Amino acid sequence: MAFDIGLVTLVLGVAAWTIGARETFAAVVGFVAYGLLLALVWVRLAAPDVAMTEAALGSGLTGGLLLGASTRLARTDGPAAIEKPSAIIRLAAAVLCTLVSAGLAALVLLMPEPAPTLAPQVAANMAATGLGNPVTAVLMAYRAIDTLLEVVVLLLALAGMWSLAPDRLWGGFPGPRHQDDPDSVLSFIGQLLVPVGILVGIHIFWVGSVAPGGEFQGATILAAMGILAMMAGLVGAPAVSGRWLRLVLVVGPAVFFTIGLAGFAMAGGFLAYPEAHAKMLILMIEIPVTLSIAATLALLVAGPPERTTQR
Amino acid sequence: MSLALDVLTILSVSTGAFFFLAGTVGLLRFPDALSRLHALTKADNLGLGLVVLGLLFQVEGFLAALKLVGVWLLALLAGATVTQLIARIARMRGSTM
Repeated sequence: MAFDIGLVTLVLGVAAWTIGARETFAAVVGFVAYGLLLALVWVRLAAPDVAMTEAALGSGLTGGLLLGASTRLARTDGPAAIEKPSAIIRLAAAVLCTLVSAGLAALVLLMPEPAPTLAPQVAANMAATGLGNPVTAVLMAYRAIDTLLEVVVLLLALAGMWSLAPDRLWGGFPGPRHQDDPDSVLSFIGQLLVPVGILVGIHIFWVGSVAPGGEFQGATILAAMGILAMMAGLVGAPAVSGRWLRLVLVVGPAVFFTIGLAGFAMAGGFLAYPEAHAKMLILMIEIPVTLSIAATLALLVAGPPERTTQR
Repeated sequence: MSLALDVLTILSVSTGAFFFLAGTVGLLRFPDALSRLHALTKADNLGLGLVVLGLLFQVEGFLAALKLVGVWLLALLAGATVTQLIARIARMRGSTM
């Protein structure tokens, strides 16, 4: 109990500090710390799957994206500080934020007791999916359409970011070229950590069927290893026009959608699986989806195309 | 036997927590970037190592123990690398950050 109160105080404190931070970079660092603390909160709520997603995606990968954004915004920090919004705008923002927070708090506090839940039905029917982890069962079987849409949204986000590139760089290579210096620390850690990280990523993905883990968490680790290898200069970022790259990005959603459509013939509904083959079909979806998510996330962090040659 | 293991765990984890505290104090109080990094990594590596050592007395099975040690080794590796990179930038800028 004392630990939980301390944790909540810390989360609120870091959140307030992050909002109050003057520099964009400091705010991003606060946001990452906030995400890691939030992951601890999820662990305390006995939701390790959510905790892993929060730590990997919410804190780690989003933190990386925000760090990139803050670096790009660094030049505008000065001008932005000068054009201070008027008191009325700031008041309106404060009122709106308070209203949203109060609304969320009211919703949580007014929830009926016990809260409506479908958990018993999921537990009772989980055997039909052939999976041992109820979270994965919900994500891949009962709410598979949500997962499919999430994967598509990621792809749309990447297409949206790529479209920020000027026309002459379209189809080029994302981000600056990182020097491959074999004596550098980054090169060393890349060579040492990337193979280990790939193993851990595949493991996290694989155990998702019976234990906390799954394709999003595993894919984030794989993406992080890709980013590390690119930053260390061990591999060059692929051209965004590359056919193989496009194929890897699309294969996950495409297979997901195809098996979903096949559900009409096999089990009488979109994304319905025949019971005898449920586990195999879910695995057939998950492997390409993990690959696509990993590639999409890594390229999101790499940024829009910035150069037309590999050098 | 289990009492002895519990005592070992409490001792080890408490010592680890002390090192975390010392590292945090160093991070807040030391005058320049390099000393602060020194305080942070030395204390964190040892702190986490002792916490992991304490938890090793509680785990069942070789694999779980191996995972804990793996976590410590990865944290060591990441900590050492990031410290090198930050220290390099600190030295390049020649400031106390």
